[in-house]
Amino acid sequence: MFNQIISNSLRFVFLILFQVFILNNIQLGGYLNPYLYVLFILMLPFETPRGLLLLLSFLLGISVDMFSNTIGMHAMACLLLAFLRPYIVTYISPRGGYDFGAQPTVKDMGFNWYLSYVGILILAHHVLLFNLEVFRLAEFFPTLYRTLLSSLFTLVLVIISHYIISGKKS
Amino acid sequence: MRSIILFIWRNNFIFLFLLFESFSAYLLVQNNSFQRASFLNSSDFIAANLYESFDNMTGYFGLREENERLAEENEELYGQSIMSYVQFVDGEFIHNDTVYHQQYTYLNARVINNSINKRNNYLTLNRGTNQGVEREMGVISSLGVIGIVKDVSANFSTVLSLLHADSRTSVKILGKDYFGSAIWNGDDFTFGTVTELPTHIRINKGDKIVTSGFSAIFPEGLRVGIVEDIDIVAGDKSYTLKIKYASDFASLANVYLVSNLLKVEQSHLEDTTLQE
Repeated sequence: MFNQIISNSLRFVFLILFQVFILNNIQLGGYLNPYLYVLFILMLPFETPRGLLLLLSFLLGISVDMFSNTIGMHAMACLLLAFLRPYIVTYISPRGGYDFGAQPTVKDMGFNWYLSYVGILILAHHVLLFNLEVFRLAEFFPTLYRTLLSSLFTLVLVIISHYIISGKKS
Repeated sequence: MRSIILFIWRNNFIFLFLLFESFSAYLLVQNNSFQRASFLNSSDFIAANLYESFDNMTGYFGLREENERLAEENEELYGQSIMSYVQFVDGEFIHNDTVYHQQYTYLNARVINNSINKRNNYLTLNRGTNQGVEREMGVISSLGVIGIVKDVSANFSTVLSLLHADSRTSVKILGKDYFGSAIWNGDDFTFGTVTELPTHIRINKGDKIVTSGFSAIFPEGLRVGIVEDIDIVAGDKSYTLKIKYASDFASLANVYLVSNLLKVEQSHLEDTTLQE
């Protein structure tokens, strides 16, 4: 329990700094931007109280916002992700439900489960984020294009970092 | 009443989510209005100081190009200084001090944070109210126009870059007095769009786009870009020009803040006229 608090706090700080100083400066093919920091919410344990889940996501979003001059934007997208998470977890639950003490990882849940879990939530986060950023329906299709490409980019990064993080422990 | 409370309690997750989400939306909307003081942004103390130390670390990598650019600018300025002029007509030169009043002053600043890959991009500079920076001052580099100061804290300021959906710069074609607006459609950080130039004037590829000086933010004639492509949308009475920006937004390090000494006078007069 105590270990989890420590490792999650470290992840919180590290992911924000990595996002702000490294990933926000990356641009591939125009203005594609990966948002790896959502990995923090994705990796929280299943039994995290729902209120705490929302609070942590809000703090995560607002911290990234403070560094990118976009107060509220990342916070809104992160909150949506945190809100959807319990529903998605229930929706894609494996036959026989979740084992006690299982973590949202490839090791415990299998690759297919992890891919759909991460994929759906990242897409939801990115759709809201990019549309809030543009804030114009007239640019819907260019935004959609960016959203899909960036989601794919984030998804790949999330899966790679997931293997790096959980590979260390085992 | 009891059943309402019970209903809220049973769906507390959804209501908590709605509460947080509307608070964030309130922050977002409040922060978006250009004039409103925004209270948590990157001129915020901790973020700005972190950015500055990061910039101190990475600033060394671009020194070579930056020095070359400054040297080029020096060349140009030497060419304009009085030492480079020869007085051909001795004794007939009348120098009248009262003709020229200084209207614009410049303050150099360093870009400590910059983005180009968003739909709305901002810069952070290491100058603030302590150094005399005010809101809505112009920001230029040695190559051309960069943006307008949005928020100022004691030692830092944030700049709304030309690469922003709300950015509209009053421009004209060099040598012609028709004016238009430069905007950014969000595709590519090296290209912008100029609209509102009437179709009866003649425009060629390669024409220079410069500031018109109408806005009282930038002096007249600062480089904005070069016409890259000319297009007229069917039924439209104005050109849609694709321009290549003069500034390289991807590598900004040293910039200048422009302050207009006569701005208060001009905007005050214009406001009075509009109110009547």
